[in-house]
Amino acid sequence: MSDVSFVRTDMLPEQDPPGSEVGAIGWLRHNLFSSWINGIVTLLSIYAIYFVLAGILPWVFQSVWNSGSLTECREIMTATWGQTHGHACWGVINERWLQLLFGFYPKELYGRPILSLVLLLVAITPILFNMISRRMNWFLLVLAFFVTAVLMDASVFVWILRAGFAGATLVIGYQLVTLSGADRAEQIAQGAKRLPNPLMFTAIYPFLMPWLMWGGTIWPAICTAFGFVIGYLVLRFGKAYMSELLTMIVAVAAAVIWWLVLSGYVSSGLSSVLPIGIEAVQSRQFGGFMLAILLGVVAIGCSLPIGVVLALGRQSDLVVVKFLCVGFIEFIRGVPLITLLFVASLLLNIFLPPGTNFDIILRVMIMMTFFSAAYMAEVIRGGLAALPRGQYEGADSLGLDYWQAQRLIIMPQALKVSIPGIVSTFIGIFKDTTLVSIIGLFDVIGLTQAIRADTSWNGIYWELFAFIAFLFFIVCFSMSRYSMYLERKLQTGHS
Amino acid sequence: MKKTVLLGALTVAGLAAGAAAAGTLDDVKARGTLNCGVTTGLVGFAAPDADGVWGGFDVSICRAVAAAVLGDSTAVEFVPTTGKTRFTALASGEIDMLARNTTWTFSRDVDLKFTFVGINYYDGQGFMVPKDLGVSSATELDGATVCIQTGTTTELNLADFFRSNNISYEPVPIETNAEGQQQYLAGACDVYTTDASGLAATRATFEAPGDHVLLPEIISKEPLGPLVRHGDNEWGDVVRWTLNALVTAEELGVTSANIGEMSAGTNNPEINRLLGTEGTLGAMLGLDAEWAKNAIMSGGNYGEIFAKNIGEETPIGLARGLNAQWTNGGLIYSPPFR
Amino acid sequence: MTLLTDPPKESFRLSMLLYDTRYRSATIQAIAMIAFMLLAAWLINNAITNLNNLGKPMSFGFLTDTAGYDINQRLLDYDSQDSHLRAALIGLLNTLVVAVLGCITATIIGVFVGVMRLSNNWLIARIMTVYVETFRNVPVLLWIILAMAILIETLPMPRAFKGDTPTATMDLFNTVAVTNRGVYIPEPLFSRSLGDIHFLGDMALRFDVSMDLIAFLIVLGLSIFGMRKVTARANVIQEETGDRPKTWHVLLGLLFGPSIVLMIALGFHLGYPELKGFNFRGGIHMRNSLIALWLALSLYTAAFIAEIVRAGILAISAGQSEAASALGLRPNRTMRLVILPQALRVIIPPMISNYLNLTKNSSLAIAVGYMDITGTLGGITMNQTGRELEGVMLLMVVYLAISLSISGVMNWYNNSVKLVER
Repeated sequence: MSDVSFVRTDMLPEQDPPGSEVGAIGWLRHNLFSSWINGIVTLLSIYAIYFVLAGILPWVFQSVWNSGSLTECREIMTATWGQTHGHACWGVINERWLQLLFGFYPKELYGRPILSLVLLLVAITPILFNMISRRMNWFLLVLAFFVTAVLMDASVFVWILRAGFAGATLVIGYQLVTLSGADRAEQIAQGAKRLPNPLMFTAIYPFLMPWLMWGGTIWPAICTAFGFVIGYLVLRFGKAYMSELLTMIVAVAAAVIWWLVLSGYVSSGLSSVLPIGIEAVQSRQFGGFMLAILLGVVAIGCSLPIGVVLALGRQSDLVVVKFLCVGFIEFIRGVPLITLLFVASLLLNIFLPPGTNFDIILRVMIMMTFFSAAYMAEVIRGGLAALPRGQYEGADSLGLDYWQAQRLIIMPQALKVSIPGIVSTFIGIFKDTTLVSIIGLFDVIGLTQAIRADTSWNGIYWELFAFIAFLFFIVCFSMSRYSMYLERKLQTGHS
Repeated sequence: MKKTVLLGALTVAGLAAGAAAAGTLDDVKARGTLNCGVTTGLVGFAAPDADGVWGGFDVSICRAVAAAVLGDSTAVEFVPTTGKTRFTALASGEIDMLARNTTWTFSRDVDLKFTFVGINYYDGQGFMVPKDLGVSSATELDGATVCIQTGTTTELNLADFFRSNNISYEPVPIETNAEGQQQYLAGACDVYTTDASGLAATRATFEAPGDHVLLPEIISKEPLGPLVRHGDNEWGDVVRWTLNALVTAEELGVTSANIGEMSAGTNNPEINRLLGTEGTLGAMLGLDAEWAKNAIMSGGNYGEIFAKNIGEETPIGLARGLNAQWTNGGLIYSPPFR
Repeated sequence: MTLLTDPPKESFRLSMLLYDTRYRSATIQAIAMIAFMLLAAWLINNAITNLNNLGKPMSFGFLTDTAGYDINQRLLDYDSQDSHLRAALIGLLNTLVVAVLGCITATIIGVFVGVMRLSNNWLIARIMTVYVETFRNVPVLLWIILAMAILIETLPMPRAFKGDTPTATMDLFNTVAVTNRGVYIPEPLFSRSLGDIHFLGDMALRFDVSMDLIAFLIVLGLSIFGMRKVTARANVIQEETGDRPKTWHVLLGLLFGPSIVLMIALGFHLGYPELKGFNFRGGIHMRNSLIALWLALSLYTAAFIAEIVRAGILAISAGQSEAASALGLRPNRTMRLVILPQALRVIIPPMISNYLNLTKNSSLAIAVGYMDITGTLGGITMNQTGRELEGVMLLMVVYLAISLSISGVMNWYNNSVKLVER
């Protein structure tokens, strides 16, 4: 036997890949010029990009920022570049950007919508980012309040507030810095007291926000919230005396009676006795981008409970209930939003008792709520459908009744699955708020009409719309990214 | 049981809401502000500035009424309305008066049930064309593309005009004056038609106003004026006579500059009656004696308002024309204060 | 022995309505029904009272009144002396035109972009992502306004075609004029036309049908019938002999021959747009309000469709495309024969709602002055007559009918391509 072996027994040393396959060149070859056609397409695309940017960039950057009117702008342009074409006049944004953001909201009160927005973000963090700890959430909240207190006009009362919030911020902040999450978890496991659930603030927020935005005394907000308290109390203690269904009916009835009949007198009475409050702002003064956000948030916030009810109704075995819910949902989804806005601006008063009159923003909010409720119902229905059958059967086998099963088992899961859908519904509604300009409200697009009716800015066009498009893009894009992130995160749970 | 409770609640809500309807004058006084419907923006007539303060010819009428009723020309809530929403807003009580270059027509007065309290601007529908089109009369516009602002009487007048002259045209409906201006300047339409005042105002803000001409034809009568709901005559009188006070003030030479010394008393009894130093005209209207003085002080007399907002000194540069005092050959004419 | 007796017959008590699960659902439904009826009655009662107070009780009589305004784009004959109902009908047709055109182009663009987003060309994939994100995240109203502004500002006006040294010329061998008032394309004309048949005499819903069109449809139908016969015969021969006779030239001849003969018989020629006076005359005028709306709606909706298509393709497991490669299919055939047919099932349901959205968004035509039904019935008619309640109600009914029919048709199609599971 010879030693000659025809099979190699040892590995050859690895060689570097050829230069054309690695580094920038390799990347280019793979991703841009992998074939003839790809190469041509790439070159064409590069030309297209150049063409678009060459048109837009000089317009955006070779522009006039400081001018009080379009005529002035044109003079500056002619003086600088010799022509008025191809240069933006950002002077209009410079002069009107606050108006585009806040509408006619009183300038000295701009802090209130900003605070509402910040608090909104704080209020929804426990829902949207469940990896944030309670301590973090409370820290953000007290910090927001502390900053507000610092910005308020000083009085003895405000000084106490400042001190209080500063103290709370420091205490929680110190804990956050010194104590890692794991240590804290151990402490809690050993029986340390947890901070209260930050969802508490989320529950308060719907009553706080209108007060901050509209101002006036604080009593209407408190009285409205008290209706829920009444309903809850009846539900809690009524069971001992009545059947469950009856309790629920009584609870709803009690709350409704409180809201419709009593709360008005109580809150006006309290307001005259104890006028605690802030300066009232008419809803006519709302406008601009703030109005879009407000309409979107109110519509989504109010439509969430309605949407849940509609979705459950649609799945219900009760024929009449199902029929009513399907009818409502399909009707709203079948007509364009603009017709509903026509109803808000032209017809809603006709359907209410003679002489009833409430302002257009409120009417638009009602119709937008209906609109988003129908879409929300479909999103939640999708969430319900995504739950495995076993969850329902499990709930039944535990002996839970319908409402208990919904409250404890079904809804928490279905809502969680629906969050990405809810966020995209919100994006849709938010974009659709621009339609209110058609019925004469001063949202951003409505404001462009008003601005262009000013003698100094008559004839301006692209700058305003570019600015608005930019604003919407920023907000909607970040929200849609968030929703995609969430979808990915939720998906890991399955399969 | 549940049913009756619910019904009861609804009835109570209905009654509470229903009780609010009383005379508009009392409502305005109780509220402390006047709700005045204006356009969403028309150069020279109504537009908010960077601070959200409204100004313009129509706005001044609102301010004058607020000054007359409440003594404060800033106590006005301006409600922007579109061509579609304006009448509903007025009919439903959302606004107390509408000062939104609205044409006084039979059907609006009789069928839609509004009361036009007077005319603050005599207008008519005109045409604007670029000079280099070489058109000197609207009858030469056969086959032209015409931009029309919708939501007004304009499109009906236009259809009638072209039909009666037996010439064809291509209508391009547009929502706002700003859009119309843009389309016209870009040449997407040959002709722009709307109220002549609007045309002049629009032309004034062009880069080169001289390149555009207004054609001589005025194809309609457009008496523009403030209006209120039918059936509330007290309130109608307040708005009507506030407007008349502004007109009379110009006729009698009462201006915001000299009103101080004039209200000390003059030899002209009509001025004295107007300014409340003689007679009880204010009380008859349910206002205080200085109502007209306040109205005039809010923005000046009719002539001053005109000059300040749309007159020849402004970029808009409208001549008085038909809107001159009757003593100067115009149509502005107020019934006497007596 | 046990005695079998009937269980004691329960007498019906009122409380059973609430406590007995057999009756409880009936009780709840009855309450819901009564509450709904009460609410409806309350609303209607209020409406009647309010309308009487305003002095305009509900009536649809205004629909037969003279409209008095002109509409530029009309698919049926109309002038200002026609009724409001006729104007509404013209508007409805305009809505349908833009909706159909928009759905078609949105689908084409959307599928293209969706597939391209998965391209292995990095740059193309990025550009498509930028397109999708830009269009999805800015309100459609803004896009419509911007599309209109771009058309108006960048295209030449008809005057630019005039004079000795025109600054603009017509495209495609002088047959198409692209102006900022719209695009003029050649129109088919017949010098020996068969004329039109007029239906419904003088009524608001009257319409004409071109006999030429009917003749064409008949001829085309016969051609297709003939083609089927030929194919069937070829199949039979193939079954019997194993050889398939060449049929493509016969088929081609059958498809085009009779139509071409008919066209010659009717004297077919194209009518080209010509600049006369202020505007181009002749040809088919696609107004820029239509183009802007069409463009904006299709680009906006296409961004959503692209995402749906992409998700649909990604939902097909990688094994499918690997299997296709293993069979030796080229990438584009893999896409066409394996991936897309399967992805279609995932894609269609969300596609339906996008078509619905597009149709509903076409109501924003009002922003560019396109006279759709919101512009005629819900716009000028409502302004002129002051009949808001009736107008809005009709508008809603019309849109509801359109939406329901679209979703009905699409659901039927969806069911027909659905995987039949056993």
